[in-house]
Amino acid sequence: MDLNYTPRQQAFRQEVRAWLKDNLPAQKLASYDTREGFEQHREWERKLFEARLSMVMWPEELGGRGCDLIEWLIFEEEYYGADAPMRVNQNGQLLLGPTLMEFGTEAQKKRFLPRMAASDDMWAQAWSEPNAGSDMAAISSKAIRDGDHYVINGQKTWSTRAIYADWAFGLFRSDADSKRHHGLSFLMVPLDAEGVTIRPIKALNGKDAFAEIFFDNVRVPVENRIGEEGSGWHVAMATAGFERGLLLRSPARFQQPVRKLIELYKANQSTADRDPSIRDAVMDVWAGAESYALSAYQSVGRLARGEKIGAESSINKIIWSELDLKIHEIAMRILGARGELLSSAPQNEDDYGWLEGFLFAQAGPIYAGANEIQRNIIAERMLGLPKA
Amino acid sequence: MDFTFTDDERAFQEAISRFLMTEAAPEALREIWETDSGRSPDLRNKMAEQGLTALSVPEEAGGLGMGDVAWSLMTQELGYYGIPDSLADTAYVSTGLIAALPPTVTDRNGWLEQIAEGSIRIAIGHPVNPLVADAHLADLTLLNHEGEIHAVPRSLIDVEHNASIDSSRRLCRVMWEPNSATRIADADTGAPIWEAALNRGALSVAGQLLGLAQRMLDLSVDYVAQRKQFGKPIGSFQAVKHHLADVAGKIEFAKPVLYRAAYSLQHGNPDAALHISQAHINCAEAAHLAARHGIQVHGAMGYTWEVDLQMFMKRTWALESSWGDRAFHKARISAAIFADDAPLGPGQTFGRS
Repeated sequence: MDLNYTPRQQAFRQEVRAWLKDNLPAQKLASYDTREGFEQHREWERKLFEARLSMVMWPEELGGRGCDLIEWLIFEEEYYGADAPMRVNQNGQLLLGPTLMEFGTEAQKKRFLPRMAASDDMWAQAWSEPNAGSDMAAISSKAIRDGDHYVINGQKTWSTRAIYADWAFGLFRSDADSKRHHGLSFLMVPLDAEGVTIRPIKALNGKDAFAEIFFDNVRVPVENRIGEEGSGWHVAMATAGFERGLLLRSPARFQQPVRKLIELYKANQSTADRDPSIRDAVMDVWAGAESYALSAYQSVGRLARGEKIGAESSINKIIWSELDLKIHEIAMRILGARGELLSSAPQNEDDYGWLEGFLFAQAGPIYAGANEIQRNIIAERMLGLPKA
Repeated sequence: MDFTFTDDERAFQEAISRFLMTEAAPEALREIWETDSGRSPDLRNKMAEQGLTALSVPEEAGGLGMGDVAWSLMTQELGYYGIPDSLADTAYVSTGLIAALPPTVTDRNGWLEQIAEGSIRIAIGHPVNPLVADAHLADLTLLNHEGEIHAVPRSLIDVEHNASIDSSRRLCRVMWEPNSATRIADADTGAPIWEAALNRGALSVAGQLLGLAQRMLDLSVDYVAQRKQFGKPIGSFQAVKHHLADVAGKIEFAKPVLYRAAYSLQHGNPDAALHISQAHINCAEAAHLAARHGIQVHGAMGYTWEVDLQMFMKRTWALESSWGDRAFHKARISAAIFADDAPLGPGQTFGRS
């Protein structure tokens, strides 16, 4: 155990810090759940890419700079510590990217990853269906082989920012007679293909944050499949663990709001202390964010030693989603009667966006596998309890 | 930057675990705890033979010179197997205190050598604890008089026993008269040494609580996998699963907090007290939840004397207020994180950057 950063790691931190200081947008970007904000965020992503900072741990030839996971954590700390914009292409970069890295052919990697790193292609997910949510193996959308193409028919839903995106990836039933997690294939689909219809769904924040995707005889070439035909479940699961837990939500994303929460509490202490439980709750989320960060460093160290992170990543998902909720609930309690005001309201004094964050935090325990499912996974795979 | 243990450290932990699994089975502990002294010279000798008392004694005094980080693995095993207070208090907390004494204390090296060979029991009376654990058997008790450190032999103290709900505990009110012969450090010298002892004691308890949490989780997993109702193991029901999944989550996320605290103490990090108080609280929370959910999934069996769960629950309820109760540690965290120069935000996890 050695909890000192190497000179190289320290230099990298300084480099990222300096670059962000010089290049951060002067004004806060519009919400990436709007068309305008989406394109502003794409521009920001391109700027990051040009500095080789969009995907720091990807190999150089694929658009990254070959950093190790400690350096990735450092990047994230500097990035979120500087209140830099949210990552608009995270579904591609953080979920599909690692999947391609592990299961993609060389040709697929060269074709998709550099454009993903540059956000030339923006990606949406196409996992859930109206009748396949927590029970993802109930997927019924079909992709039936026809020569060197698949023909897709069916419906996907809850696809984040799909109305603005260029591509989608997900699981489709390539064997019409198959059941459950057999006979599924992992496909990448261009969203401008003939037969694709995208209908926005307004989210809790009133914006078109997600969408339904309808497929009507959509033809997708076979080379858009990741992994073997029928092995889509395996491909999807193999990378779900670590990425779902840690890559998607690095600890800096919670340490920064905790710092802001402590500032908010101190600025409003005389009113906040009328409820003596607030101070204790602030301490509690401080400890939660610290613990999440420490666990991340520990996981990264274990990965570097060649160990696997298994069902423990389901704990990560529960921890960060519940922590995020608590942080924002406390902020709303401190803001009190002003908390309900939208940012456009003249009397709004919340310049950090606590209300928007509070709304988004409601989704955390639901998306990426509802927390009830994560608790089942922990109980069955980590503790070895019998299936129902 | 490497926040993991070496293979050697892990192997060491496993060896300790194997040894205690045989020598400190619950049936044996129950017998020992029912005796007047509550302690077994036989078990103590075996532990000394294994070198457990020599772990943190400096090498020049015949020990292994093991630091707080390695001890954070050891204390988890002591907790898991319900080993009573005197071993950690002697071999870890008191050893740290004695090793920190100035060389002018003539008995210092002799005591360390005796600790290493397992021929001395030392109790420690820190003002944060209202009573002194295991003073009735201690050859030497380290006591605080207005900040001074006194080393008082058994013959110069009287003890009043105070029974605890935890049958493994032997808590004493110690009656004694300070004098110049017992004083080994004045208050100025003593202040940082008492402070370090408090931090080490809190860290020791945190590690034990985490071990207790794991023990109660393991007992509960075993129980719900074999107990059947409605024709199925109760562990197949979601409500039961989720109780235990939450305990597993608390344990996993308390562990790295314990390890950072140990590293900070060992390496003199200025935020060590903050890190240790967080470890005490998070490990206590894990153990407390393991007890609550543990008894819940055991049903009525969990409320009996017969089922072993009770031994570990009671030790949890005793230790979670030991070496600083929750209020004490909350107050230290509060003072640190609401201060103007608090180490907050990303990038401060292992030091101020």
